[in-house]
Amino acid sequence: MSTLDEKATEVMDDDSAHAKGANESGASGYIILFFIIGFAASMVLGWVAFPKLLYSQKQQPFSFNHAMHVAEVNNGCESCHFFRDDGSFSGIPKLAQCTGCHDETMGESEAEATFVEQYVWEEREVPWYSYSRQPDCVFFSHAAHVVGAKMDCVTCHGHIGESESSRPYEYNRITGYSRDIWGKNIAGLKKNSWDRMKMDDCAQCHKEAGIVHTSSVQTKRDACFVCHK
Amino acid sequence: MKVDRRSFLSFVIGGAAGTALSPLPWKLMDDSSIWSQMWPWTPVPPDGEVVYEDSTCSLCPGGCGITVRKIDNRAVKIEGKPGHPVNDGGICILGLSGLQMLYGPTRIKAPMKRMGERGAGKWQKISWDEALGMLTEKLTAIREREEAHTVAAIAGSDQGTVPALLARFMAAFGSPNFIRTPSYQDTDELAVGTLFGEAGRTGFDLENADYILSFGSGIADGWGSPVRMIKACSLWKEKRVPVVQVDPRLSNSAAKATRWVPITPGTEADLALGIAAVMIAKNLVGSGAVSGLGGIKNTLLTDYAPEKVSLSTGVSVEAIVEIAKDFARANRPLALCGRGKAQSPESLRETAAVYLLNGLTGNVNQEGGMWAIAPADYIQWPEVARDKAASAGLRQPRFDGAGSGQYANARHLLQRLPDGLNGNGPYPIQVLMVADANPCHSLHDAAAFKAALDKIPFIVSFSSFNDETAAMADLLLPDHVYLERYADVPVAAGLPSQTIGLSKPVVSPQFNTRHLGETLINLAQAVGGSVAESFPWKNYETCLQETLADKWDVLMQKGVWVDDDFATAGSSLQMAALDTPAVEIEGDAGTFPLLLMPYDSIRISSGYIGDTPFMIKTVADTVIKGKDGFVEINPQTAGEMGLSEGDLATLTTPRGEAPVRVHLFEGIKPGVIAMAKGLGHTAYDGFLADKGINVNELIGPVEDPSSGLDAAWGIRAKLAKA
Ligand code: SF4
Repeated sequence: MSTLDEKATEVMDDDSAHAKGANESGASGYIILFFIIGFAASMVLGWVAFPKLLYSQKQQPFSFNHAMHVAEVNNGCESCHFFRDDGSFSGIPKLAQCTGCHDETMGESEAEATFVEQYVWEEREVPWYSYSRQPDCVFFSHAAHVVGAKMDCVTCHGHIGESESSRPYEYNRITGYSRDIWGKNIAGLKKNSWDRMKMDDCAQCHKEAGIVHTSSVQTKRDACFVCHK
Repeated sequence: MKVDRRSFLSFVIGGAAGTALSPLPWKLMDDSSIWSQMWPWTPVPPDGEVVYEDSTCSLCPGGCGITVRKIDNRAVKIEGKPGHPVNDGGICILGLSGLQMLYGPTRIKAPMKRMGERGAGKWQKISWDEALGMLTEKLTAIREREEAHTVAAIAGSDQGTVPALLARFMAAFGSPNFIRTPSYQDTDELAVGTLFGEAGRTGFDLENADYILSFGSGIADGWGSPVRMIKACSLWKEKRVPVVQVDPRLSNSAAKATRWVPITPGTEADLALGIAAVMIAKNLVGSGAVSGLGGIKNTLLTDYAPEKVSLSTGVSVEAIVEIAKDFARANRPLALCGRGKAQSPESLRETAAVYLLNGLTGNVNQEGGMWAIAPADYIQWPEVARDKAASAGLRQPRFDGAGSGQYANARHLLQRLPDGLNGNGPYPIQVLMVADANPCHSLHDAAAFKAALDKIPFIVSFSSFNDETAAMADLLLPDHVYLERYADVPVAAGLPSQTIGLSKPVVSPQFNTRHLGETLINLAQAVGGSVAESFPWKNYETCLQETLADKWDVLMQKGVWVDDDFATAGSSLQMAALDTPAVEIEGDAGTFPLLLMPYDSIRISSGYIGDTPFMIKTVADTVIKGKDGFVEINPQTAGEMGLSEGDLATLTTPRGEAPVRVHLFEGIKPGVIAMAKGLGHTAYDGFLADKGINVNELIGPVEDPSSGLDAAWGIRAKLAKA
């Protein structure tokens, strides 16, 4: 053995001597205590503080009452969120669709005043935040789902049609995407089909409808290019 | 309690365990992967409703119908309009990338006045009221001093209501100085006037012709209406129509042709007359096709015998005879001229000789032939009102001398402006207005033109783009670009019909610009008096609608109005004499052993409109590489001069000097060198500026002795290894 190794043993001995000097049982108690403190602190950080830090909130330009509008129109969601002649989906309505009724302030609400004065009269489109916008790498066709597969709006969008005011828009600070895509639940758990809209959620449904979705020869399921063009 | 190392480690381990059981690491991993797959700074075009809007492209004289695809209010793609009589769904690279003109960085976004030295690029944004006020004040003062003739305007065209409003403004104001930028149109008008005895232009029924003889016309390089020509080239291939391209250089057109006839540059007229002589000698001429033929017959037969012509042109006797026979025996042969894109005037001698060939076959004013077409006459405005100031101004001669004395045949002679400004003009010019033109880049000896502008105290540019001429202005009154405005687009460009296209606003104006027609109406009303009286329209749209009258509805519906049953300009071709002199070339062969010729490329826009960023990317790196421009040279000539591919050299002409790189090209005659037109910009944006050399700065104007038009087709040059 070289001199160097001997020195190392010496140091180790020195160290163990130190440990022996301390109160053995008290030390192990502290060790457990610190483990618990570390564990608890990181759990709080990960489950409570982290989601708060990761997601930022923005208020919609003004509050929108879906429930009231649904009651007024004849054709449910499609009255405002319709398919264009070329089959593409119109998404959030443009100002032109609203001005038919809202060329003057209707009712007393603050939201209505904001809408008419700041947008209708100024001819500015309302910069709504879209809760359900998919990432840019996703090709999503409403026509294929709603017209083709006869799915209803609730399956993906939940009961938004019954909401009486607009909840805050939450978006991920890293990716910039709406929280509705990853899911409200930070553990990624979901109870309802509309709780989360990630790739796995699409895939699950596409797998269940396995007879028609077989564009990939290898997997006998939908190929990547069905959604990622 | 003592926090020792063990406690600390256990705290860390506890932390690690807790973290692993929390969503933090997993969610972060997921989010960072999403972030890295879709960088937030990658531009993503917004989604929206898809609509298509039809309009007419006016980026070149071609007049193609276009369909613009829009997402909500943003134009995203320009396509050729299917079924359109000019381009039937086709589009060229310039038209295709027109959106870069609309949204690109070269736009002038608001009226501006110059702040620093002229040309220093220091501007201040001002309101339209202030801008028009400034100009009105200047113009009114000049008019009050009865010096209206000292105001001049340069326009890129005189066709359509917008240029016509500018010409009308000048006439009502009292200035004879409305000057159109030079183009082949000048020569064509002159040739039609001389040969047919009436005002008009030519049109060619290319689609029905069965033999094409092109004297340097870039039939696949942007001549005439470029998309129509590309389609015609394909049609000829399909129908096996022989295409003979006479060209000193293996241009794209020559490469596509059935037969390429390399010729000594500048001798095209000799070849045309030589072919005519063979046709006459072999009795292959349609009877009575050309009046006055008897008078020139003997001269033709003696002076242009194939042997003689072969000596001067470098084309073999057999080739001359063969082409003459094939041309004459074809049912509907057509001869074309106008070098490259036909953007410059040509020698009258050459043009008349080529039109004579068409006359000799008898294929004039009939299907598959050459047509002489009377000018479009849909603009019928009342005479301008003339007060005392206007009459006084209009009694003065034109500043460029066109229309009188030795220049009696010419209508516009822009190349004479620098000389006039430098002391040889009849009077000084106090205000110059420039619309749809960039003479500081596109005129021969552009540098001299730019320098002469120093003599003009006030220059106004209506350009939409930050071009070289706008850079020299004192006041910028930017026009909308073609996709933002209404305008009639009468299409000449060799079409055998009267065709008018309609430009419609596809998107609303992107910046604080104003339609030139509108600006002129505003200006006329501000100047007042008889000028205002001559502009009775409320706005440009009313003016356009009233002018187009019953054509308006057709144009709004179909986007194009075509009259196939148009009036011709004279019925037969009369040849008077063959003594029209040739256009000589500048420079002496001793000092300058080479011959420099500019050439046109469909990938390089060289007029008022500069190349788009998209187009410049398609230019081969044997034309420009980085910032260096290339000159094409025959390997034999290069060998003699010790030059090899890519070498840096200094190119010198009597007009200037430029550093170039050498590109060896078998397709060019020994002793001749060629450079692409349209490069070497100093203005515009980083995509176009400082790339290559502006060949117009190396070539000086050469006047055609018979007209005064600048018909320079090259210059003598020398090349030395740098
Ligand atoms: S050929 Fe001329 S008119 Fe036609 S698309 Fe191209 S630039 Fe426009």
